[in-house]
Amino acid sequence: MLSDNKLEKIEQHVNLLKDKPGALLPLMHAIQDDIGYIPEESYEPISKALSLSVAEVHGFVTFYHHFRTKPSGKHILQICRAESCQSMGSENIESYCKEKLGIDYHETTEDQLITLEPVYCLGNCACSPAVMIDEEVIGRVTEDKIDDLIQEAKK
Amino acid sequence: MTNFKIYVPRDSSAISLGAEKVFKAIKNEASNRGIKIEIIRNGSRGLFWLETMVEVETPQGRVAYGPVNPADVSSMFDKDFYLGKKHPLSLGVTSEIKWLKNQERLTYARVGITDPVSLKDYETHDGFKGLRKALNLKPQKIVDEVTDSGLRGRGGAAFPTGIKWQTVLNAPSEKKYIVCNADEGDSGTFSDRMIMENDPFVLIEGMIIAGLAVGADQGYIYLRSEYPNAQAILNEAINIAQQNGFLGKNILNSKFSFNLEVTRAAGAYICGEETSLLESLEGKRGLVRYKPPLPAIEGLYGKPTAVNNVISLATIPIILDKGSKFYADFGMGRSKGTLPIQLAGNIKQTGLVEKAFGITLRELLYDFGGGSATGKKIKAVQVGGPLGAFLPEEQFDTPLDYEKFSEINAVVGHGGIVAFDETIDMSKLARYSFEFCAIESCGKCTPCRIGSTRGMEVIDKIKGGIDQEKNVAVLRDLGETMVHGSLCAMGGMTPFPVISALNFFPKDFGLETNET
Repeated sequence: MLSDNKLEKIEQHVNLLKDKPGALLPLMHAIQDDIGYIPEESYEPISKALSLSVAEVHGFVTFYHHFRTKPSGKHILQICRAESCQSMGSENIESYCKEKLGIDYHETTEDQLITLEPVYCLGNCACSPAVMIDEEVIGRVTEDKIDDLIQEAKK
Repeated sequence: MTNFKIYVPRDSSAISLGAEKVFKAIKNEASNRGIKIEIIRNGSRGLFWLETMVEVETPQGRVAYGPVNPADVSSMFDKDFYLGKKHPLSLGVTSEIKWLKNQERLTYARVGITDPVSLKDYETHDGFKGLRKALNLKPQKIVDEVTDSGLRGRGGAAFPTGIKWQTVLNAPSEKKYIVCNADEGDSGTFSDRMIMENDPFVLIEGMIIAGLAVGADQGYIYLRSEYPNAQAILNEAINIAQQNGFLGKNILNSKFSFNLEVTRAAGAYICGEETSLLESLEGKRGLVRYKPPLPAIEGLYGKPTAVNNVISLATIPIILDKGSKFYADFGMGRSKGTLPIQLAGNIKQTGLVEKAFGITLRELLYDFGGGSATGKKIKAVQVGGPLGAFLPEEQFDTPLDYEKFSEINAVVGHGGIVAFDETIDMSKLARYSFEFCAIESCGKCTPCRIGSTRGMEVIDKIKGGIDQEKNVAVLRDLGETMVHGSLCAMGGMTPFPVISALNFFPKDFGLETNET
């Protein structure tokens, strides 16, 4: 069950954005930015407010990689898998992160600290390989930099 | 006594290499030493192997130091760098650096020089001159200027911008839209991001002019969610433009009104395809639409819409300011003007090179790029993002020109060049092309949705030595089907990198002969 507090927040966002053209996109961002994910319990109030079916709302959320339907860890670590980063050894960074954190992509560490996600280009291709932790991009990533980053996240 | 002026970039790539820490270190060191300085957060000049590049204003012009790490800052103060004095990291007068001097920066004229959110800087450096001229022109005259300039869509499709605008202008409708495609998802590209972060007003100006030209009063910038920094800077710039009468009602006391908004995307590569983008903007799944109707006739909410890439729109102001002939005098053949080229991946001197069309790949890779970052031989390059062909060394003398690239089954695309050294396995990259297509396909058409997964399986079989001859034939046939049977470029171009890898590097697929 979703807490009343979260439902209330969702309703506030719905009321604020429901009349905006193309409301679903900014609305989903608003919900995820606020409570960290898009709970399935939100589908019904959203579908009612926007005159959509629950299936349409579900279809929308699951189409976009950015939206998650479950809470993430405290930090989200995205590793770029695209060609430019591959040319500079991103595969080693991927396997190092997976091994160090003991998780695969789309998973969260047991202590709920870090969620690991793949990403396809961060626009930092002149400084490959690149990763992004929360909203911070890090370039020319090495295993040492990953260690520092995880250390920092633990603080 | 006046303060010493020091420039530290705020571009995302510079920050990804520590620019924020360098900024703080300089600030602290100056305050500890009691030296009065003014730090300006400029954009990046695009020499990323030298970032963080710090500049100082001197009577001789701006001088640069780089790459600066926080640990270098104390020694820089010891050598009085804030007076422009020599230090082991000195790069001399910035504008004299060969890498910059050999460029033709038109779209990027201000990038790295100005404070991105200073309206004063923007106007001092020729900003809003194009708009002021456009406000005194009839819409048809604006469209003619753009058509005559020869500007073609810089997002990758290379469709003439003027012809697109003409279609929107001719479409009768009370409501029209300008949509900026800022869903820069191609690996190896960052020129849109750099414009938005380092010179946001030029994009805003380009969009206002587009609105004037076609008769639209509302613009949207569809921005990828991976660019939070660009979003913050764009919103800041839009607010400043609004407060100063460049956006909103009666722009610069004219009868023209235009509103602009940033919409944040949600991490779907396919939404860089214009019709998928429009679906997404309307709050739907980003499924590709059938064409016709063209978005220029029935676009956003069914209204005539000009969908243009960031670089196309950011090039409009200089065309209006200096005239179509000025712009069209650059370039070769039907590829007029300049292209902001992005050197990425395994290259020693990565960064942004704006050059007139006609420069060869070899010049870019070796004269500007300095060869590979790893010091090994460059085996192949991919031009134009994940849907672009891989080019082997024997094609490095191809000049950057839409038609010349087309002749060798390659694309210029958005001008991103990713280099790979000899350690790369091309069959892995080919397989990845299919994997990426499978992950990012919108799923509407069968060749793309199913073909991408079948493609991976076929490559695995070839590499596993199973019925190689037969499976190579299947792979080629699958490629043909996807090229001709897909709804959009996602499925229609994924075979380009795959088949080029197979043609030029059969050994990587475990094929003995030079089967083609």
